[in-house]
Amino acid sequence: MFYRDAGQYKSSYAADRAVFPLREDRIGLAVILLVAFVAIPLFAGDFVIKTVMMPFLVFSLAAIGLNILTGYTGLISLGTAGFMGVGAYACYKLTTYFPGVNIIVWILASGFFSAAVGVLFGLPSLRIKGFYLAVATLAAQFFLQWCFIRIPWLYNYNTSGAIEVPTRTLFGVPITGATAAIEVRYLILLSAVVLMTWLASNLVHGRFGRMWMAVRDMDIAAELMGIRLLHTKLLAFAVSSFYAGVAGALLVFIWLGGAEAGDVFAIRQSFLILFMIIIGGLGSLVGSFMGAAFISALPTILKFGLPAMGIPIAGATAEHLNFMVIGALIIFFLIVEPHGLARLWQIAKQKLRIWPFPY
Amino acid sequence: MTLKKTALGLALAGAIGGFAAPAAAQDQIYINHNSYRTGPFSGSGIPIGDGVKDYFALLNARDGGIGGVKIAYEECETGYDTRKSVECYEQAKSKGTVIYAPWSTGAALAAIPRAHIDKIPILSMAYGLSASASGQTFPWVFNPPVTYWDGASVFLRYIAGREGGFDKLKGKTIGLVHLDAPFGKEPIPVLEAFAKEHGFNLKLYPIAASEMQNQSSTWLGIRRDRPDWIYMMGWGAMNPTGIREAARSGFPMDKFVSVWWPGEDDVRPVGAQAKGFKVLTWHQVGQTFPAMQEIQKLVIDKGLSQTPRDKVGEHIYGKGIYEAVMISEAIRNAQKVTGKKVVNGEDVRRGLETLDITAERWKELGLEGFTSPLKLSCADHNGANPLFILEWDGTKFVKTSDPMPPVRDKVQPLIDEAAKSYATSNAGWPSRTETCDKAS
Repeated sequence: MFYRDAGQYKSSYAADRAVFPLREDRIGLAVILLVAFVAIPLFAGDFVIKTVMMPFLVFSLAAIGLNILTGYTGLISLGTAGFMGVGAYACYKLTTYFPGVNIIVWILASGFFSAAVGVLFGLPSLRIKGFYLAVATLAAQFFLQWCFIRIPWLYNYNTSGAIEVPTRTLFGVPITGATAAIEVRYLILLSAVVLMTWLASNLVHGRFGRMWMAVRDMDIAAELMGIRLLHTKLLAFAVSSFYAGVAGALLVFIWLGGAEAGDVFAIRQSFLILFMIIIGGLGSLVGSFMGAAFISALPTILKFGLPAMGIPIAGATAEHLNFMVIGALIIFFLIVEPHGLARLWQIAKQKLRIWPFPY
Repeated sequence: MTLKKTALGLALAGAIGGFAAPAAAQDQIYINHNSYRTGPFSGSGIPIGDGVKDYFALLNARDGGIGGVKIAYEECETGYDTRKSVECYEQAKSKGTVIYAPWSTGAALAAIPRAHIDKIPILSMAYGLSASASGQTFPWVFNPPVTYWDGASVFLRYIAGREGGFDKLKGKTIGLVHLDAPFGKEPIPVLEAFAKEHGFNLKLYPIAASEMQNQSSTWLGIRRDRPDWIYMMGWGAMNPTGIREAARSGFPMDKFVSVWWPGEDDVRPVGAQAKGFKVLTWHQVGQTFPAMQEIQKLVIDKGLSQTPRDKVGEHIYGKGIYEAVMISEAIRNAQKVTGKKVVNGEDVRRGLETLDITAERWKELGLEGFTSPLKLSCADHNGANPLFILEWDGTKFVKTSDPMPPVRDKVQPLIDEAAKSYATSNAGWPSRTETCDKAS
């Protein structure tokens, strides 16, 4: 009734091929962006921005990166946290050596370093597939994590082994470091995520996306059609690691503002990002956001939300309850819809289109 | 991406926007304390949390709080995870905590740059950033009563005493078994400086956090290298495993010294085999102190706490008590300095800088002989208190040495240098503007 395509005529090929063909979709997207860009910085408190929104955005970006590799190209990777770490350390070294260059440039440039590392570890993907590739990327994770702890050059020989984020400004306004306002940092992060999501959307809907999906569905057939496997797979690794690297740099510089990286970029994080895309939906950008919201923001909301709503659980009990609730929800969603929240969302939209007359 | 989702998002934003609001009531002092009763570090986290919680419960039950103001004490579960610690920090801040106790080096590092902006003093008791002992650079950060660098220097002072002088250390091999994380690597510069000066060999045995419970290969290496002494920097599940593996590989327990974090529960499973195992610490254990008995009587017997009665006064529990005493004395000081009843974070910072817990004061607190006096100042946020040895006699810890002061003439330059490098590497680090109060 509210959501239908009747009466919306397309008069050009471009309109017909639009990512959001329905007017309602476009309005919805605009409203979401408006809420994210205006309402949240204005009305949500520091607490919500710092502990709910910023991790959600950072992990969405990382999940998009992994989704390009796993969801679109069909290559499983367990090294996402390691690639995120490469981005964070690359950004740290770059801004140490060239403090004059704007930090945003370095955050984006740090993605190229992790892309290079990703390509290196992606080389075996031509020969090995499936679980075996997962193990090969696991090696990347362990190796990179080892480097973060054992190569003091990476953290500028800091005695505590941590990345200490210096204050950097944009047009005179501090955007990193302790003095940067949380709203400013949030807006930077949000802009980066929106920009890179738009880029990813164009990539996966274009020629490269089709090449990746062809490789995913059947690589021999793709090869016969003239898609060069090595290039395609390595490109997927590069783009995926680029996203992970930028997410890592944003995580340390914009969100946490300094971190003991051996802890943040651990194997556990790689698994969490993999869970995000499995629960959100493989091969779906909106699924990446849903998965990130589910895995990263929901525990926080449960932990602090329940006591705030008057349900008196505190400390360790909340934590235990959290494990149980999240675990049960994961099982529930995987049973109800093994293709993830994105598929569930698609079904809901289909139903909504013909509602209230289901024929 | 439709209206439905938008509506959902709006509802969600509204729901979560609501819960940063509740501020502390005006007639109480609010403390939000990190804890970890879950995860691989809970073995250390639970007794600490119990100690702190019980002491504040005692103050509320016995004295009606501090200076007549009730203490609203709340724990925030972190699971020793930096990310959850950040959430806890934000919550503590929004609810108006007067002090932040991170209980993890990573969490402390994440909070330190914000302390002077959010006006919340950070108390990292004998952990965290060693450089924060310098009050000139870090007016908002406190790490009493000793640093890890002091600890390593006391360890060397102790073994030099056992060997017959620092000159006798020449040619000896000293092993450092440490968690392969910033915390564990902290004493390395001190040990290296001493090794160069006194001519002993330093061997490092790093243990990755994921390998904490599997140290057999490390101890095989130790058996091969035969170090004369072992110093351990462990936390959480690393401690019981290290002690067990040491006993299993036949390392002489008498030559095995740990930094101040292992508790009775870490040693007890090894039992008599761990006889001679030593812990470097700054406070006594046991239930003989009047304060501990009052906790048993007024808190645990009244059902105000879940702590098992026999755990009161154990080593790590005592650390919780020590920290709670520091916080409460700082609040008391702050009330004296400012003349206010309900103090805030800024006042507590001033209270901490004028902290002076004398031997008489410890006696008044019902903790006579528990530890040595602690005095902080605007320049010294650490105190560099003496440490002594607790030795495991097969069933319990016994104090077997006199208090030994740290070798501060070696450690102080390191602290000054580290503080300076922190300030330069964090471009725009503010120089101290906070005025200094006279101790009252």
